[in-house]
Amino acid sequence: MSEREVLELLRENARYSTEDIARMTDLEESEVEAVVEELESTGVVRGYRAVVDWDRLEDEKVRAEVELNVELDRETNYGDVAERLARFPQVKALRLVSGDYDFDMEVEGDSIREVSMFVSEKVAPVPEITQTVTHYVMTSYKEGGIELGDGDEDDRLSYTP
Amino acid sequence: MTFELADRVQAVPPSGIRRFFEIAEERDEVISLGVGEPDFSTPWAARDAAIASLEQGKTSYTANRGRADLRESIADYVADRFDLGYDPDEEIIVTAGASEAVDLAFRAFVDPGDTVAIAQPSYVSYEPGVVFAGGEPLPVPTHEEDDFRLTVDALEDAGAADADALVFCYPNNPTGAIMTRADLEPVAEFAREHDLLVFADEIYAELTYDGEHTSIATLPGMRERTVVFNGFSKAHAMTGLRLGYALGPADAIGAMNKIHQYTMLSAPTTAQYAALEALDSCANDVREMVDQYDRRRRFVLSRFREIGMDVFEARGAFYCFPEVPEGFTAEEFAEELLREQGVAVVPGDVFGEGGAGHLRISYATGLSELREALARIEAFVDDHEGPE
Repeated sequence: MSEREVLELLRENARYSTEDIARMTDLEESEVEAVVEELESTGVVRGYRAVVDWDRLEDEKVRAEVELNVELDRETNYGDVAERLARFPQVKALRLVSGDYDFDMEVEGDSIREVSMFVSEKVAPVPEITQTVTHYVMTSYKEGGIELGDGDEDDRLSYTP
Repeated sequence: MTFELADRVQAVPPSGIRRFFEIAEERDEVISLGVGEPDFSTPWAARDAAIASLEQGKTSYTANRGRADLRESIADYVADRFDLGYDPDEEIIVTAGASEAVDLAFRAFVDPGDTVAIAQPSYVSYEPGVVFAGGEPLPVPTHEEDDFRLTVDALEDAGAADADALVFCYPNNPTGAIMTRADLEPVAEFAREHDLLVFADEIYAELTYDGEHTSIATLPGMRERTVVFNGFSKAHAMTGLRLGYALGPADAIGAMNKIHQYTMLSAPTTAQYAALEALDSCANDVREMVDQYDRRRRFVLSRFREIGMDVFEARGAFYCFPEVPEGFTAEEFAEELLREQGVAVVPGDVFGEGGAGHLRISYATGLSELREALARIEAFVDDHEGPE
């Protein structure tokens, strides 16, 4: 139970200090540390990173969602294709999905040209891949569960009964 | 020509927090721990239902007692969550906030000169409500050594045996105290023995941590003498929609409805559609908000202990109730804290006897604001700490 609670808090904000998490869960700091260590060592928690609103930076990144269709043979499975694609640093997320296409791939680059070249020169030539459809991200409204708008001002009165 | 105020209006002093509000308005960047309402928005499904009802032009009065389907949903909900059985046709009335339900009950059952015992510290409107109804409030102070629970000793000490009615709110605003079934049983016995009507404000019932809420109306012999108040403001984050309800025996609810139909007529229609949807599909939203409050509660309690301020182990609502350090009254502490550090808290005196020397701290605000506010309180306490 405490593992789940700590995990939820880390997902809410990975920068919560051990001290904060301990206070919120009534655990000792050493217990929180042990839970986090366990979550990390067993691979449940794979890493921590910032949720970025690229639109607020001048040198914004170009991102694309790429749909991939694959055709497998007897010697190749989805995992083999995924392993090959996931190694490219441009690929930020890769998921096998149900529906009209097989893989949903998130690609990031410095320019539209860079992303296009990556898809056409590195991804499309993979023998099992039969089709790629690239969707460039125009605006992000929510990332990692966090809304990227300015947020609602707290317009409550300072004192209410 | 000047308006001459009615005696019962003159008898009620202005709200104790008004002066603080004016100071807070003058300052920039006040972090407010003085709010008695959720910082979450009303769940989207409920908002959508309200919007859809407007788009469909559903803006007429409803039945005086509230929409029949909403009363049915309320009956199902209170049966499921709190083991309360009420007939939606005759034993439930939907009101403009739980506050209206409280006012209706006082006006329906309090005659001039009747005494209403009020467990204090308490929500600020009970005492004025009794006075507006022509009755006489009888404060029943509760104490930290009893975990701010209402006890028979407290009732006897205050002379509540001679009262006509008793009102209390658990989980409690402002202390965060709760009453378990075992705590309620002697109070119920006292009410039966002395033939007291009981008004049980259970608006914070969902916000009970480490256990289940028990309604006094579920205890033997209590249903027939109790009116229960509840609503959507707190657990469903719908304060501004103004929707509450009362549960009670048919004749009691009928009497309240008589006043309601001549004054409010019916609760806001748009809000009733929102409430119907809230009960139908927002249980998960409620649970998520309650989980968040619980984490903040633990955080705030832990920080107060670290700061060195004695703090009551609040187990309900979204308030905690620390003691002010020696050398301050609660009012002085709250005012100086607001002026020096820009943190708004409410002095416990505002909530009546038993609240003196304490502060009401609302943790219905985000963790980063809470962290900052507690750091400022710590700095304030350190600055004013006398020599060892």
